[in-house]
Amino acid sequence: MTSLFEEVAPSEDDNIPVRRVEVRLNGERRAAKVEPRLLLAHLIRQGFQLTGTHTGCDTTNCGACTVLFDGEPVKSCTMLAVQAHGHEVTTVEGLATASELHPIQEGFKDEHGLQCGFCTPGMMLAAKALLDHNPNPTEDDVRWALSGNLCRCTGYQNIVKAVLWAAEKLRDADPGAAEGGDE
Amino acid sequence: MTLDEVKIGGLGASRRRVEDNRFIRGKGNYVDDVVLPGMLHMEIVRSPLAHARIKKIDISGAYKIPGVRLVMTGEMMAARNLGWMPTLSYDTQAILATDKVRFQGQEVACVIADDPYIARDGCEAIVIEYEPLQPVVNPMQAVAPDAPLIRDDKVNQTDNIVFDWEVGDVIGTDQAFAEADVVSEIDMHYPRSHPSPIEACGSIADYDRSTSKLTVYMTTQAPHIIRAAVSLVAELPEHMIRIISPDLGGGFGNKVPVYPGYVMSILASILLEQPVKWIEDKSGNLISTGFGRDVYLKGQMALRNDGKILGVRMHTDSDHGAFFADAQPSKFKIGLMHSAFACYDIPNAHLTARGYYTNKAPGGVAYRCSFRVTEAMFFQERMVQAAADDLGMDQAEFRRKNFVRDDDFPHRTPFGFLTDSGQYEKCLDVGLEAIGYDDFLKQKEEAAARGRLLGIGISTMTEPLGAGNSREYDILGIKMFDSAELRVHMTGKAILRTGAKTQGQGHETTWAQIVAHELGIPAEDVVVEEGDTDTAPFGMGTYASRSTPVAGAAVSMVSRKIRAKSRKIAAHLLEVSEEDIDWELGRFYVRSAPDRGVTIQECAMAAYSNVPDGMEPGLENNAYYDPPNLTWPFACYIATVEVDPLTGVWDVLRVVAVDDCGVRINPMIVEGQIMGGLTEAYAMANMQFITFDADGNCVGGNYMDYLLPTAWETPGFELHEVVTPCPHHPIGAKGIGECATVGGPAAFVNAVIDALKGTGVRNIDMPLLPDRVYEAVTQHHDVSGAPPVKTD
Repeated sequence: MTSLFEEVAPSEDDNIPVRRVEVRLNGERRAAKVEPRLLLAHLIRQGFQLTGTHTGCDTTNCGACTVLFDGEPVKSCTMLAVQAHGHEVTTVEGLATASELHPIQEGFKDEHGLQCGFCTPGMMLAAKALLDHNPNPTEDDVRWALSGNLCRCTGYQNIVKAVLWAAEKLRDADPGAAEGGDE
Repeated sequence: MTLDEVKIGGLGASRRRVEDNRFIRGKGNYVDDVVLPGMLHMEIVRSPLAHARIKKIDISGAYKIPGVRLVMTGEMMAARNLGWMPTLSYDTQAILATDKVRFQGQEVACVIADDPYIARDGCEAIVIEYEPLQPVVNPMQAVAPDAPLIRDDKVNQTDNIVFDWEVGDVIGTDQAFAEADVVSEIDMHYPRSHPSPIEACGSIADYDRSTSKLTVYMTTQAPHIIRAAVSLVAELPEHMIRIISPDLGGGFGNKVPVYPGYVMSILASILLEQPVKWIEDKSGNLISTGFGRDVYLKGQMALRNDGKILGVRMHTDSDHGAFFADAQPSKFKIGLMHSAFACYDIPNAHLTARGYYTNKAPGGVAYRCSFRVTEAMFFQERMVQAAADDLGMDQAEFRRKNFVRDDDFPHRTPFGFLTDSGQYEKCLDVGLEAIGYDDFLKQKEEAAARGRLLGIGISTMTEPLGAGNSREYDILGIKMFDSAELRVHMTGKAILRTGAKTQGQGHETTWAQIVAHELGIPAEDVVVEEGDTDTAPFGMGTYASRSTPVAGAAVSMVSRKIRAKSRKIAAHLLEVSEEDIDWELGRFYVRSAPDRGVTIQECAMAAYSNVPDGMEPGLENNAYYDPPNLTWPFACYIATVEVDPLTGVWDVLRVVAVDDCGVRINPMIVEGQIMGGLTEAYAMANMQFITFDADGNCVGGNYMDYLLPTAWETPGFELHEVVTPCPHHPIGAKGIGECATVGGPAAFVNAVIDALKGTGVRNIDMPLLPDRVYEAVTQHHDVSGAPPVKTD
């Protein structure tokens, strides 16, 4: 599955150093040999063929490429793949289980929190990071947590509602968690 | 028992979206997600200068890099007769620059390599020598005595003027101005903006020598037009071209034109006989692809003292960049600018328009609007506010006095359009009531006494959505109708294809609802497909809010054809004559014995197993819909703001939107479109614009400089509705996708200007950045947002 990168990086012939990267991707151990300059977003998309992580702006502004890095949201288009070595990465493909959607995914659908769907994976992961830390967010908390993610279609109002919908659902499912969080 | 239409996902059901099931799982299929075996990657070298002669291009360095397969330059393209291509407005556009570069970011060379990183390395290794020429960055400079000729490639082009065009009644308008008590005047600039979908453009061209077939995955809102264009430009037979527009990460008009990158990837694939993928970066998208707006207005209104508008004069100077590439109906040079003032009863109007070439990117696309309608309605509503202020009249009353009345439809507008229906005053009343107009005026007065500046802005407008009819509307001669094809399978499930192309509007959900409404087949039993020219019927694509008015109507019409055939089958099954049966949703029954009936599903089964003698089996059909008129939705947007005179910062207090888009197919989706549009309206009023420095450098070439609002600053929106069914659309629907982008900006600007009333400031050009507002407040003068004029 990582052959693409072994194939296109002719390291021995051209003195390009090739590094081994091992990550825990959506809970599964994955490894690849990559050029040091390879971006994490490209390792995820082309290397591991998880195309739910999108690249929008290349400058860390739009957040379409947001993934969770050891549980924190990062923009994978401006992070090198080698920096992820030994870390945990969660992408949109890691949100749902085989049988059920994550409440954030349900919330986005139920509240019409997406239109073209391109920014959606990044939005949902930024939202997950928020709800993991703060199960009782206010509307302002949600707006602030998503302020690193741009959307051009929906106008945010329904995205914010979707996240609040998910927060409520998560609290209902686990009333104890509402007391928790780290904020 | 009659079916419950909402339960089967018919008209009026806020059905949750079908397409979301893949998007929320990260399983969308965007162009960049498509991987073909043996695929190569293309990257583009762009001009760093706005205007320069190309002296020399040395590509040898690129070929020294292992993995570089091909380098293409303008010279190579020209040798294959592909140096230039036609634009959507009967001009020509360079594919790769041959003689000189005419805007910063123009495509000069491209490199095809094993992976995109190597292709980038190849681009870096290409050395290009330029001889800088004087740049032209706005219309004033374009006609200065010493202006360089930008389009010296065109025979007979001796200046930088693209067109002169006029519409309306000059004599009647002069007469109206002669009789006016007051003439209100205002000059302004609607700045250049970029639609900027989060996904940039891209294509994967796959030419198969063995079958002579070219397949292109492409970010396009109009795949069939692209197929025709590729056929003409690349001289390939149309039936050997397959354009597939998969999921699109937004479009907003940006993905209508044919871009050089698409053409280069196609040629590269033909030359290399391997698939070639081109994925544009954000900067390339912002600096080189179709922009919107960039129009200067001189507006005049002839007024009677009692508030009646007697006539309007408009003159626009529009900046088209280096190539006239507006995506618009060919008959109208400045789009539908002359749809301005359609909601007001004005006897006379005259518009003159001049277009200019400049050293800026080409475009003039319909950025979330119906062909320059955004500029038209913004100018209209700013002129209306200025006129009300000049007369000392309340802005709501001024509008009310001049609205077209409910019983005056169809109404001929001063520029010749025919509006179809509306309840303008009712919409205004709903908006005023919702915002608490009178209370706010009191609050505003009280706040002023304490030195706080509150303002309220109103914007009311009707706009023409859903081009054609085909008599008046065409693009490059191709008439603007649209299509739908419906196949009902024997178990009553169905597949629907249309010539439109969704890019977030939710066609997969709403088209099935129209079928449910017409046939009683539950929406969940209908799958919708678009965007593949080998399977979808011919259509003009999705832009200018035309999907529901045109393709949506075609869905209704094809469903009715299916129903008509099913009726014959039902008569056969019920053993009565066709005249003796009636239809209720999903079922035919014998009029005299309503218990005797057959469902649409039973008819479908019979179509494949038990057709009457002489009837062709099967249950499928298609429809091409040529609308009799455009649809005319109406909107009233009201914003309240507070301006801080010490910093120039303004905050939105409330936004009320009243939209009348006729019958709503899926209210949830309609409201989503309105909120999205309002956000872009707020963006343009507040922060979003592309400008250029005196050397023609694009300021706004990435998201650090091109500001888009986030969830943090975007205000909340309060939505209301009025429903006036469209009299000529089969289900009474009108376009809605762009109303809020079109009508919204004036509400915000009018509100800020209203807050500054008394300071002597009549206008600040968008975006109303704090420094512009501060300058206006402190210097007591209008502030122009026009790009710089080089003086040295």
